[in-house]
Amino acid sequence: MEHIYLDHNATTPVDKEVLEAMLPYLTDKYGNASSVHQAGRDAKVGLENSRETIANIINCQPQELFFTSGGTESDNIAIMGTALRLKSRKNHLVVGAAEHHAIFEPAEFLHQSENLELTMLGVNGEGFHSAEELKKIVTEKTSIVSLMHANNETGAIQDIKSLASVAHEKKALFHTDAVQSIGKIKVDVKEIDVDMLSLTGHKIYGPKGAGALFIREGIKISPLFYGGSHEKKRRPGTENVAGIVGLAKALEIAETKRDDDFNRLNKLADFFIDKLVRLLPDVHMNSPRKNRIPQTVNVSFIGCEGESIVLSLDLKNISVSSGSACTSGAVEPSHVLTAMGIPAITAQSSIRFSMGRSTTKEQIEYLLNELPPIINRLREMSPVYSNK
Amino acid sequence: MSKKVLVAMSGGVDSSVAALILKEQGYEVIGAHMKLWDYVDVGADFYKDGRCCTIDSITDWRLVCDAINAPFYVLNMSAHFRDTVIENFVSEYKDGRTPNPCVQCNSDVKWNTFLKKAKELGCDYMATGHYAIIEKMATGRFTIRKGVDGTRDQSYVLWGVSQEALSKTLMPLGTLLKKEVREIARKHKLRTAEKAESREICFIVDDNYRRFLTEYEQKRNREFKEGELLHEDGRLLGKHKGTPFYTIGQRKGLGLTYPVPLYVKEIDVKNNKVIVSENDSLFKDRLTAKEINWVGGKPQSKEFSAEVKIRYLHEPADSTVLCLSDNKVEIKFKDMQRAITPGQSVVWYQNDCLLGGGYIV
Repeated sequence: MEHIYLDHNATTPVDKEVLEAMLPYLTDKYGNASSVHQAGRDAKVGLENSRETIANIINCQPQELFFTSGGTESDNIAIMGTALRLKSRKNHLVVGAAEHHAIFEPAEFLHQSENLELTMLGVNGEGFHSAEELKKIVTEKTSIVSLMHANNETGAIQDIKSLASVAHEKKALFHTDAVQSIGKIKVDVKEIDVDMLSLTGHKIYGPKGAGALFIREGIKISPLFYGGSHEKKRRPGTENVAGIVGLAKALEIAETKRDDDFNRLNKLADFFIDKLVRLLPDVHMNSPRKNRIPQTVNVSFIGCEGESIVLSLDLKNISVSSGSACTSGAVEPSHVLTAMGIPAITAQSSIRFSMGRSTTKEQIEYLLNELPPIINRLREMSPVYSNK
Repeated sequence: MSKKVLVAMSGGVDSSVAALILKEQGYEVIGAHMKLWDYVDVGADFYKDGRCCTIDSITDWRLVCDAINAPFYVLNMSAHFRDTVIENFVSEYKDGRTPNPCVQCNSDVKWNTFLKKAKELGCDYMATGHYAIIEKMATGRFTIRKGVDGTRDQSYVLWGVSQEALSKTLMPLGTLLKKEVREIARKHKLRTAEKAESREICFIVDDNYRRFLTEYEQKRNREFKEGELLHEDGRLLGKHKGTPFYTIGQRKGLGLTYPVPLYVKEIDVKNNKVIVSENDSLFKDRLTAKEINWVGGKPQSKEFSAEVKIRYLHEPADSTVLCLSDNKVEIKFKDMQRAITPGQSVVWYQNDCLLGGGYIV
């Protein structure tokens, strides 16, 4: 069997059409977009056309879109840039308990080094935030609320519109990390009424190293970098034009395929889940069945260590993930699942399958063939699994 | 089908070459590094390199495995390591003993959790880069022989490994000299070929165990109590900073001015006293050991002669081993031995074959 890649929430391959769009900007139109000459103008045109393409898709003005190196940088600029700018008047920030580390760590940094108050908004057992709960913690002193649009580990899609309106009632800014939702469901910044939104290209068949941050007109932030007037000083540094062109192209393709991809993957996920629970006992669904990015299926196999499942599948040429990998590559227990109230032992037995455009029913059938012997073997050896 | 083996990747060049040799012997090799501690837990600086379990070291093994076409994984065992090895390390010092965490790690982590992981991944064996030889005897038992490179032999730290574990373990470096191992690494251009190694305790990044113990206890709102530092004749000479900071035979850091050198002779935790003496008083002719693992099988007779090692870098001494019970022995040395240290491991050999070992009482 060929390599089966089921880790599309980690990253995706670059679409051939995307690569085609990028190549001229690496070879012929290699100019620095800030240069005054022809080569510079060519690059600048590519840059600004890309900005317009993406702006149209997310329904904002091109001048509200700032290119970055990706999700982590966009998140950092949003959180740090706002909180630092407003800190003399507003000393409180709110982030979700199931956020990505790119939100957690800058928030924690601000809490530690700037003495800003930090509140975590919990999630329920399915991974959803409640607007009522948010209402209890947002105050006039809250500078920014940041809650993820779709969760990277479970796929849970938040009702951003009602959460944002709670923040706005108290005149707090609202940011959402839309890295996992963009291109997969409709993302319209006006409709969900956010002030800032992070997106990236490499989760939607674009290149790594190109992302963007939407900042609603009129919002001022403190930049994290200094050193030039690129991106209107919000993010100085020579623009990664080829990457940005790739990002725009990837998003354009994703938009045209969005509904088809969604429906196809939804059916495939249902097929997978239904078969899986029939094949194996003690399988716990961590992902919500509804209001989910369908490609994400997070499951706990009670009695097995997630790490051992990942490695065993890898040795069968099937790529999946468990928890979140740190720099060393070691698997850490998932804070997302623990925030959902899932017991540590169940969280440690979790696997995230994330399908994508190349995933076929044959691949899922192959996986359903390979998985039970692995789970049974691990349960056989487990000192804690009693249902042998 | 070729046999599958999970190779424990750590330290300097050794495990890289072990993996390479097994690959060349036709095994299906999987490399795995045990992540044993967290920077924050052990008071280390994330950004400072030079140790096992650091990101740069992990990158080395990752690239070595890629070069020999083997998958490589990092296995997070830090919680288990902390709860077993580090906890035991601290409590041994607090009980007036000098622990050997590598021995503890071998029986609690390496030949336990890691071996279990190997089985979970469907491996037939696990392997390490130890300089020791595992041999199957005519009786069917597995025994350990000293590594061929006398200066590198690591059989001392392996006395606690169970029979079942030994039967599933490969140690391809036992028959090689260290310089041959480096040669092999150079020949194959392994990036760890010139890598320096440390024989110190892996989780004590600055080799200062006193700093480690102090911070470990501070984080748990505990501290060590000062107490009396006495001469063995009963005279009060000064104060000690807490009994865990001392080890038998220690000379440095006593803070004493005395006409002749003085050494720690005894640590009396119960009365919070440290007793010092002149060098001659440190010599003893016997010791008792407990928690015995009879690697070579239960002895035929109650009393037999053997060469005995009482610490890692100790020249084996001619002795008589006397079995007090299944789990306890007394060892009588032909020549008196200096600074026999409770908590350290004692092992005994006959003809370079490790017969057994235990903890010094």
